[in-house]
Order: sequence, then C-alpha cells, then structure tokens
Amino acid sequence: MNLGLGNLFWVVLQRDLLVAMRRWSDICNPVIFFVLVVALFPLALNPRAEFLRALAPGVLWIAALLAALLSLNQLFRADIEDGTMEQLLTLPYPLGLVILAKTLAHWLVTGLPVVVVAPLLAITYHLPADAIGILLLSLLIGTPTLSLLGSIGAALTAGLRQSGVLLALMVGPLMLPVLMLGARATDIALSGDDPTGPLYLLGALLALALSLAPPAAAMAIRISAD
Amino acid sequence: MARRRGGGFREVDLLTGTGLTLWRGANCLFDALSFSAAPGNALLIRGPNGSGKTTLLRVIAGLTLAEEGEVKWNGTPVIGCDNSGRHLMTYCGHATALKPELTTMENLRFFARLSGYPIRQIGELLVASGLAACADLPTRVLSAGQKRRAALARVFMSGAQLWLLDEPQTNLDSAGRQFLERMLQEHLAGSGTAVIVAHQSIDLGAAPVTVLQMGEAA
Repeated sequence: MNLGLGNLFWVVLQRDLLVAMRRWSDICNPVIFFVLVVALFPLALNPRAEFLRALAPGVLWIAALLAALLSLNQLFRADIEDGTMEQLLTLPYPLGLVILAKTLAHWLVTGLPVVVVAPLLAITYHLPADAIGILLLSLLIGTPTLSLLGSIGAALTAGLRQSGVLLALMVGPLMLPVLMLGARATDIALSGDDPTGPLYLLGALLALALSLAPPAAAMAIRISAD
Repeated sequence: MARRRGGGFREVDLLTGTGLTLWRGANCLFDALSFSAAPGNALLIRGPNGSGKTTLLRVIAGLTLAEEGEVKWNGTPVIGCDNSGRHLMTYCGHATALKPELTTMENLRFFARLSGYPIRQIGELLVASGLAACADLPTRVLSAGQKRRAALARVFMSGAQLWLLDEPQTNLDSAGRQFLERMLQEHLAGSGTAVIVAHQSIDLGAAPVTVLQMGEAA
C-alpha cells in the first residue's frame, strides 16, 4: 500500500477538519442549540439555586445528547452527495478506519465545543466545582460514544432524503445508557459520593463503541451508497 | 505529463466479468453478461439511457453487488493494490468527488496523498488539464466542465491500471475532450485498461476497442 494506515487516518481527518472550518454554521449549530436549551430551563422553571443544582446533571446531559443527535444527520450526507464516498469506498484501505477518522473529525467540531462550554453553563446552575469536574469528565468520555453510536445510524440513513426523525428513533435508544450513566455520575458527585462506578462503565461503553461501531458503520455505508 | 512510475503493466492482467446478472425491481438490467478486457484495451459500454450502463460500471467497481456472477482482475477483486502498491482501479462517476468548500488544489492534494502521487507534480497536472488559473479557487465557483476536468485529473493521479469512467465527456469543451483523449491514449499505450461509458465518439488512438452494447442487444 502507498499509504500507512496511520497516515490514511490523518489524511482523512485533516481534510474533514478543513472542510468543517470552511463551513462555520455547521460547527456552530450543535453548540448554539446546546447553550439555548440549557439556558432556557432556568427561565421557565423555579430559579432557586438548590433546585437548579439538582436539575443540572440531567439538563446538561439531555441537551448534550440532543445536540449530538441534531448534528449526526450531516456526518456522511455531503460525502454521499458529492461522490467522495464512492472514492473512499473504492480505496484499497479498510473502510472502518476511514469511518473512524470521519467520526472523530465530526466529534471534534460538534461534540468537543459542547464539552468545552458545558462547565460554563454548569456554573450558572450553581454546580459545585468537584461536580463540574465529573460532569466534564463524563461528557468527555460520553460524547465520543454518542458520535460513534450515531455513526452507525447516520451510515444507515445517509442515502435517505428525510432521515432526521428516523435517525433519532434508531440511535436514540442506543444512546440511553450513555445518558443515564453520564447524568448519574454527575449526580453522584453532586451528592458527595464516589462516581467512579458509572465513569468506568462509561469508559467501557466508549471502548465497546470504538471497536464495534466503525466496522458496523462501514458495512452500513456500503449498503447506503449502493 | 509523464507516467508516474515507469514501465508497463504485467501482460497477464486481465479484467473479466462472467455471468453478471442484476435486476432492479421487475426490470432485468443485464442477464448473464460476460466481457473481458486485456491490458492496453478499452471496453466501451454503449446503450440507450436507462439500459444499465452506469450500474454495470458500479458493479465492476464493486460499489453495487451483482446478484450473480463476478468481476475479477486477473483472478483477484478490482479493489486492491498490485505488487508495487499501486491501486488497481479508479472509478470516476457522475459525481466529481470535489468538496465545494476546498480549492481545486486542496481537493486534488487529498487524492494525491491517498494514491501516492507526488504533491509537487499536481501543479503540472493542473496546467495540463487547463485548470492552472483555478488552482486556488474553491471548487464551488468552478463551472461544470472545470469540475469534470478536475475529476479527470484525479483519475490520472490515481496511477491505477484500470480506469472506470462514466460518461467522462460530459460538460467538456473541445480542449477538455482533447485532454481526456490524450490522457486515455497515454494510459492505454502504457498497457492500462479502461472501461468507458460513452455516448459520443471518443478517439482512443491505436488502442483496440471492444464495444459492449447494452439494452436491446443484451
């Protein structure tokens, strides 16, 4: 092969990041959505500090999950429409690795900004510093898992015209364990207990998704591109 | 525009399709279709619209699975590399595979890195394809013909032995067609193989051409 596998990963990642940088609105959408949803809750609900504090883990995690779902639609769509996917499919390289690079690029531009702004929003919810740390950690482990799980659904629906709701219905249930563990870890830290249990489980889910999702998405994209 | 790695391809390499059958709903696109193409030969696929030419090309490229039959390059699948690490096949469909956000140069650089084409020679290739002035323009602003030229430049960069071209003349002006024909003649003279879906006549020089008629004759 002309290209080492690490190089292949890097070349695809670099190009996807470059394309994303030229398309600012796509990067901003999920994080703006996340900020809006989280900022609206205190306005509609009782804004007492202890009430918001109890609400924070759930609200932040649900908003992060919805932001991830919102952005998944675009993961492979443009590539299928402009023919790039045909080129990637006919390369003599393992497609799973290409998919993994694309998913990582997607997480870096849509998931990472959410993780970065989450602590700021958590402060407005009066979350104590140690709970914010756990929230950050759980999002850092959890949102890549969401992107990886979502890549399977995005690959399956990439050939369809109106795939938004179908995609959400398909991968939503798969994402629930991540939501429960992530929110639970933050909640446990908030009540002063040791949150390592749910964090370990989140890590296990990430390892599982990392190894199983790319090959599954690769198979799905072959079907979608047919 | 010298061929990237000197020397011809091995003489034994042969593209064969045997007993290919594909149905789309109740329509049989092709039934027990067989063909072969030797190095230095071109296979022209002709036929009316909707007769399954593009689908056949996608089957050869491995993008669509045939219900029966198989396509082999000298006994191995066409998606792969030869002994020297060169890609066996490149596919150029209707979609140009160019990202509208990236410049022509950036688009081609990506494919050059994937296929191992020397980055420094992309500039030369852009001149040969008549795209030198558009190198730093986002492909979003290119005309359809210029995008087609960029897609053909990508085919050339792949260095593959087998070219699968789906109506490569679409949107090209006469200079663009000359570029395409020159490229194809050079490829075939270097013992490459090309499978081309074409409606218009295409001058392939001295290369032996087999015509595969789809539709009524199939």
